[in-house]
Amino acid sequence: MMRVAEGSYAIADAVRCCSPDVVSVYPITPQTHIVEHLSQLVANGELDCEYINVDSEFSSLSSLIGASAAGARTYTSTTSQGLALMFEVLYNASGMRLPIVMTTVNRALSAPLSIWNDQQDTFGVRDSGWIQLYAENVQEVMDLTPQLYRISEDPDILTPSMACMDGYILTHVYEPVEFLDPGLVKEILPPFSPVNVLDPEDPKTFGAFADPSWFTEFRYLQYKAMERALDLIGKVDKEFEETFGRGYGGLIDTYQADDAEILLVSLGSIVGTIKDAVDVLRKEGIKVGLVKIRSYRPFPVEALKEALKDASVVAVIEKDVSVGYQSALLTDIKGALYNTSIRVPIVGFAVGLGGRDVAMKQIRKIVENASKVKDEGLELETEFEIFGVNPECL
Amino acid sequence: MKEIRLHGRGGQGAVTAAELIAIAAFEDKKFSQAFPAFGVERRGAPVMAFARIADQPIRVRSQIYEPDYVIVQDVTLLEVVDVAGGLKPDGKIMINTDRPKEKLGLDTEAEIVTIDATTIALEELGRPIVNTTMLGAFCGATGEIGLEGLNKAILDRFTGALGENNLKAIKTAYERVSQ
Repeated sequence: MMRVAEGSYAIADAVRCCSPDVVSVYPITPQTHIVEHLSQLVANGELDCEYINVDSEFSSLSSLIGASAAGARTYTSTTSQGLALMFEVLYNASGMRLPIVMTTVNRALSAPLSIWNDQQDTFGVRDSGWIQLYAENVQEVMDLTPQLYRISEDPDILTPSMACMDGYILTHVYEPVEFLDPGLVKEILPPFSPVNVLDPEDPKTFGAFADPSWFTEFRYLQYKAMERALDLIGKVDKEFEETFGRGYGGLIDTYQADDAEILLVSLGSIVGTIKDAVDVLRKEGIKVGLVKIRSYRPFPVEALKEALKDASVVAVIEKDVSVGYQSALLTDIKGALYNTSIRVPIVGFAVGLGGRDVAMKQIRKIVENASKVKDEGLELETEFEIFGVNPECL
Repeated sequence: MKEIRLHGRGGQGAVTAAELIAIAAFEDKKFSQAFPAFGVERRGAPVMAFARIADQPIRVRSQIYEPDYVIVQDVTLLEVVDVAGGLKPDGKIMINTDRPKEKLGLDTEAEIVTIDATTIALEELGRPIVNTTMLGAFCGATGEIGLEGLNKAILDRFTGALGENNLKAIKTAYERVSQ
């Protein structure tokens, strides 16, 4: 059934449809309405699970490690500083191969103090061994929720995952969404049947001491599992589409990309604004298109090569900065294409930092800049730009 | 697509009003979107909220800079906020005031609609909370949402006597601007 709902409320309902056994959250700032609505669902008897309020994000994920190892389906949600506080535990969850699912609400990291949206937080945990998928709208986050359980819990994957959801822009928006049917969710999401379980009758150790003769092998096996997820993400997206009638293109999606000379690459909620900008610019005769990254880890190198190979210029638009060297998605895309025969100039723009609004006119300016690179060639000093800086600061 | 910007003060329910527009438009079988200008506002501080109504799914997520319509819940905002900023010349701005529109000093080519929503709200609700009354004015002055859909959205949000009284306030405002 489609109705207008707040993003956070809709996500809580999608989580309910996945029947988690244990939800563990830190309920205080930085946090969103997602966990508030979940606690309401539990209090109303609409979600039968163990709901634990803990003293920090470090504790929320730590408690889920225990629950997941004991065979429970687990869920948490956090954002910004909360994700930063989880940093150590993120590596423990992935290293122990526990299929925990988290809605990670993208918000800026302090200082200076900010509560607003950007994607510095999740890019900052890029290497923690978690699957990361980014969503364009509330419906996509909802639909990702059962898909992530299905992917993470697959015996060939056993890797935790996060649905990255732009803070405020998606968590606080009211828009029409199709609520998930729990019966249909069961069709694509079988009950969690863990391979290894903490069981006093059959004792096992999780996250044990690995001396230098074994540590590498654990990382290798994680790496291979993440590679296998590349196939499964697309497969599960198709299964979901067959059941629910909504598909998202798998690892990446494209918009007006077939004959595009200028290809924009982006991810998250800004993709919607870019699509509208592409329509306007197309009407003016500018051959511009979009590649939307859905899966950032695992990184869809082959799909990107195919999508970007015929472009005259690629412009990467993202909401993060690696202070010291450009930004995460830009450098990853350059890396993915370097050892290929594809020799397209690639430029990057960091936008929307700390909640700075990104409107169509900024996308237009980025396309103008990219068009100049197409016509005049790439200057290394303008390869990357923190976009829209107040002139008095320059 | 029609874009609406709402100006109010923290505690006056501008964000709720934007949500109600989105729900009412959806009742009219349209696509819609509503969101606040995210901030850390306190009670009484100027706030903004936004709503979009369209026949197609809405993809754009930026704030609204060139609205078709502006709703101003508190006339004292005119002294501190450029409420008519970017308003389309063929648009409309609805202001809660008992002053004549010529005396507001608004710099806009758009049509100015004034309504004394505070008095209506005091009469019907017993409180100077004007967000729903202003929606009645929006509904009557623009026709972008139907009264029936708006009433349904109101009753989804407010139960009992509060819901009924809000409907009365909306009807009064609707009729006054429709004349």
